[in-house]
Parts: sequence; C-alpha cells; structure tokens
Amino acid sequence: MISEGSSFIKGMLLGGLFCAVVTLLGDFNKGHQSTTDHHHHHHHIQAPSEEELLKLPEPKRLELSQNIRVYCAILVQPRELSYWAAVKETWSKHCDKAEFYSSENVKVFHSVNLDTKDKWLMLRNALKHAYANGKGYSWYFVALPSTFAIIENLKFFLLNKDPGQPFYIGHTVKSGELEYAELEGGLVLSVEALRRLVGVFSDNVKCPEQGSALWKLTEEKELAVCLKYTGVFAENAEDSEGKEIFNTKSVNALIKEALAEKPQEVVKGCCSDVAITFHGQSPNHMQVLMYGVYRLRPYGHTFHDSLIFLPPVDSDND
Amino acid sequence: MIPLQKWKSKRTFLSLWQCSLQSLLVFAFGLGIGFGLSSFLLRIVFEEKKQEHYSMIPNDPHGHLPDDSDSQVLQGQMNFNADHGHYAEDKTVAEDLYKKVRVLCWVMTGPQNLETKAKHVNATWTKHCNKVLYMSSIEDKELNAVGLDVKEGRDQLYWKTIKAFHYVYEHYFDEADWFLKADDDTFVVLENLRMLLSKYKPDQPIYFGRRFKPFSKQGYMSGGAGYVLSKEALRRFIEGFKTKQCTHFTSVEDLALGRCLETMNVTAGDARDKNKRESFHPFVPESHLVKSYGAKTFWYWSYNFYPTEEGPGCCSDLAISFHYVDSIHMYELEYLVHHLRAYGYKYRYNTDTE
Repeated sequence: MISEGSSFIKGMLLGGLFCAVVTLLGDFNKGHQSTTDHHHHHHHIQAPSEEELLKLPEPKRLELSQNIRVYCAILVQPRELSYWAAVKETWSKHCDKAEFYSSENVKVFHSVNLDTKDKWLMLRNALKHAYANGKGYSWYFVALPSTFAIIENLKFFLLNKDPGQPFYIGHTVKSGELEYAELEGGLVLSVEALRRLVGVFSDNVKCPEQGSALWKLTEEKELAVCLKYTGVFAENAEDSEGKEIFNTKSVNALIKEALAEKPQEVVKGCCSDVAITFHGQSPNHMQVLMYGVYRLRPYGHTFHDSLIFLPPVDSDND
Repeated sequence: MIPLQKWKSKRTFLSLWQCSLQSLLVFAFGLGIGFGLSSFLLRIVFEEKKQEHYSMIPNDPHGHLPDDSDSQVLQGQMNFNADHGHYAEDKTVAEDLYKKVRVLCWVMTGPQNLETKAKHVNATWTKHCNKVLYMSSIEDKELNAVGLDVKEGRDQLYWKTIKAFHYVYEHYFDEADWFLKADDDTFVVLENLRMLLSKYKPDQPIYFGRRFKPFSKQGYMSGGAGYVLSKEALRRFIEGFKTKQCTHFTSVEDLALGRCLETMNVTAGDARDKNKRESFHPFVPESHLVKSYGAKTFWYWSYNFYPTEEGPGCCSDLAISFHYVDSIHMYELEYLVHHLRAYGYKYRYNTDTE
C-alpha cells in the first residue's frame, strides 16, 4: 500500500512536471514568434490606457502628450487665399508641424510648390514630401483649407493607437466595393500607412500617377485604392456614443439637420463633444471656432483630462 | 517440495509482477492526474496573459484583416471609441453657485416670436437659469409666457420692461437674488454670470451689463446685450415708479432704465474680467472677434464706456452674453460653450479659482 501510494505520488509529480515543461515550451515558441514579428513591424510601445495615464504625475503626462506628434499637410490653391490665411492664423498653429502644399507659388505665403493643378498628383507629391521631410512624426493629418480641425482632439483620439501599425482614418464613405475617407473631413495616416503608401507609389500598375481607372476617380478614392493594395483599409471614426468626429459639414449645417431630424435634442444630437473636424466654415467663422473651442467656456466646470496640451507660442486667439 | 518452491517462486514472481503492474497502474494514474491538474492550473495562469493578447486583435467592425500573410496582421488596439469626453467632468463649483447665486431670467418676446425665437431660447441657454419667464402681450401656457398688459411694437419696449419687472417683483421677488433681462435674440452663459455676481451681494444697489456712456452721468447698460439687477436694485426700480421719481419718459428701454436706476442711486457696475475684457456683448461673436469687421465711424466706438477692441481682446473667455443671435446660432453657441472643447488644453486665461 505504501509502495502504491508512493508510486501514485511519483506519478503525479512526474505528470505535473511533464505538463509544465510542455506548456512552457509551447509558450516560448509562441513568444519567440511574436518578438520576431515585433522587431519587423513596430518599434513603438503602445500608449497606456486613460486610467493608467491619470495615475502618472503631471510632468510625465505632459511628456507623453508631447510624444504624439502630428504633421499637418494642407493642400491649397491660390484662389482659396482667404481660407489659406484663416487656416494659417487659426488651427494649424496647433499642429506640431504645418506644411502648406500649393498648386503654384504664391508670394504672400510660404508653401511647398507642387507645380500642378491635378489634385491626385498634388496629393501624391504632398504625401511623398511629407514622408521624406517628416521624420519623427507619428501621424500625418491631411486637410483642405476649408476644413477646421481641433488637433488636441485628434491626439486624444490617437492616444491608444500604435503608429507603427497601418491606420487610415477619417469620415468614410463606401463607393461600390471601395471604402474611402472623404478629404473634406480631414484624414489621418499613421507613419506605417504612409510608409507603405510611398512604397506603392513607385508601382505604376497598382498606383499610377495618371489614376487607376479609365475615367478619373477623385483623389480621395485614388488614395484608398493605392492604400488597399498595401493592405491598409479606411476606417470611420466615432466617439463613445457613435457620433461622427470627422465632419464633412459645418456646425451650422449639422445643427440644421438635427433641428429637422431630432428637434428634441438638437445640441446633443448634432455633434460630438470631442469632434475633430468641421468643413465649410467661412474664414471669419474659423475665428469664432477658435474662440469657442479654446477660450469660451462656462465657469465652474473642470475636466480631469489624462493628456495635457499647452497653448502654442506667439498666438493670441486661443 | 520442489513443486511447492516453484509454485511459491512462481507465485512470488506473479505477485511481484502483479505488484509492479499495480504500482505501474497507480503510477500511470498519478501521472494522468498530475498532468491534468497542472494543465488546469497553468491554463488559469496563462489565460490572464492570453486575455491581453486577445485585446490586441481588432475588435472594431470597420476593421479589416488584409488578404496577405499574417505577418501583416494588425496588432495594437483598434478601439475607435474616444471615451471619456465628458466622463472626467467636475461640475461641483458650477452646481454650488447655482444654489448660492439664484438668477431669475426674463426674456422680452412677443406672440409673433414665440415659435421662431423664444422656442429656441427655451431649448438652449435658459435651461441654466434658476427660473425663466417669457414676457409677451399674450399669455402662452406651453412656453410659460406671461401676458402683460401692453401692446406690441418697438415703442412699447420700455412699457414692457416696466411691467415685466413689476410682474417679477410681485410674484417672484423672494425666489431669486438677481434678476436678468434678455431679448429673444440674446445668448447668455449663466455660469459666467453667476461667477461675476458671486463677488457682490444681492442687497447691494448695483446692476451689470455692457456699459454705454452717452446721455447719462454713470452710463447705462445696452438692452440687447442683457442686463442684471440685484435684489436691491429691483426694489429701488419699483420704488422709483411708486414714488414717481421714475416715469415712462422715453420708449428707449435701456437708456430709460439706466436713467431711473441712476436716479435711485443704483451703481452701474463694471462687468469686465481680470484682464479688462468685456463680458456682455451687443453683437454676435464674429462681429467682435474679426478685426476690421466694422467701420471705425460706427456708433459702437463712441458708445462704449470702457475702451475696447476688435479681435481676441474684445471678449473675455468667460463671456456672459452676445446679441443678434438667430435661432441656428443659439444652438451653435450652446454647443460651443457647453459641449465642444479641446481635450486636455491648458487655457491661457485662468480666474483665481480655476
């Protein structure tokens, strides 16, 4: 009996040991695989969650906020000069870098001269330039001068996303099989998505300069087609309540829609509290939005935000 | 003897074999149990690790996995829910002031404006008042509009004002500490009004608004930008009419009221912020914020009691009112003030307690 008992115990111990060895070996193999993947595809550590962030001291949170760097590429034409001026004076000051890409050289403002009026060519060359000159930026935001953007809300939205992964985000629309982000609402590419895009630009079959179809697609659609070839797909951005945060309409237009469709809850129903873009605002109205977003507020309401963004230097309208 | 020995050895051999078989079986049984038990325990431990790994897989319905090799599998959280936009909001200071600084709002309107203007005012900023009344010539139960004994028209504005204040004095005097008058195209931020008023006492004879200088010694407050009377100021206004020190001498409502209050020794207060920026505004934000919006010969520049400017210096961050605001703009301002913000932004201007 004693010998049987000891046999049982020996057996159990050996069985347990055997199982542990097998499991650990298996896990080690998996782990090894993921680390090699890690080395190939992303060199960035994922940002911590908001709860974890709030526990950090303020200087550390400020540092983390400053690590999300956004390069803004704004595509302009000389006939939109009043919008161009408004963007220069307003929201673009909140980009870590704002570069204006123009169809031709304009004396009044500095811009990167793309020397073409073709919109697809403009977009291609602007993104190529942005990638070549934008070292150290993790996100690339593309906009038109008739768009108004709140870069802080864009950074908040991008907080938990790894720029080493391919992201292509905006206000998306489906055209047949193709889902693309509308340029009017602004769109954002991670550095990895941009890297792949610049790579496929040299492929004249998949992503030709003259456009991929027999008839001309809009530049936003061409972009989607090229990105699709690299395995990058457009994603629509929404807040926690399902509201759009990249908007292709002005606040005014959205309110009119809400009045017609949801008259009981116009303000809450129209737009997100953390909206990133609006489109179709007049240059003067952009000044109103700067005041409304960065200054005007009700006394006695404070927010305990996990990120900290300081006001830009040399600016007085925010 | 020998067969017995043989049998015995056979038996021992058999029994030994039986014994070893038994222990082998027991051993195998133990092996199985040990394996199973450890497997179960290890699975629990590693399950937690696995959970983290699973959260790295896209959970968003818009996410697509590419057709290519799994070396291009998207890792990293694809959570497009920008949570916490409103979660970390702390309203305690505002809520505290709501209780301590009670403001009754009365809105100057008329039967023809109830649907087009008053309705939208009622859907936006007046929700922040402690009490709201709409002053019209015809009663309207749906909107809580009072039917004052007046006629409609621009020349009736001061009569409406006099009768409105008398109505408020008769019915609601004890329910509030301050009494605000606004037009149906005025937009007001009550929280910022309470912040200003919290520095004064309701029993002080004082009133606030956008101070204009002509036609009076101490100036008067623009009607369209809205003005607010302390309890004592309201009492003196009523007293003035009772003792005939105040009369309906003109239909220009804001000037007339200013003159009456001056007669009754009510102080015209300074509503500007710490940086001397105005709080009550007689126009929409765009008119004030955009440089060279209006001509320099415009009456506005000669009317302002205090020096002011166009551009960002026009307006306090904690602005109290704007005027000539149409219905769509009402909702837009409500959205800009109370909803839309720049996450994490450290404001340039801060009050002492912010």
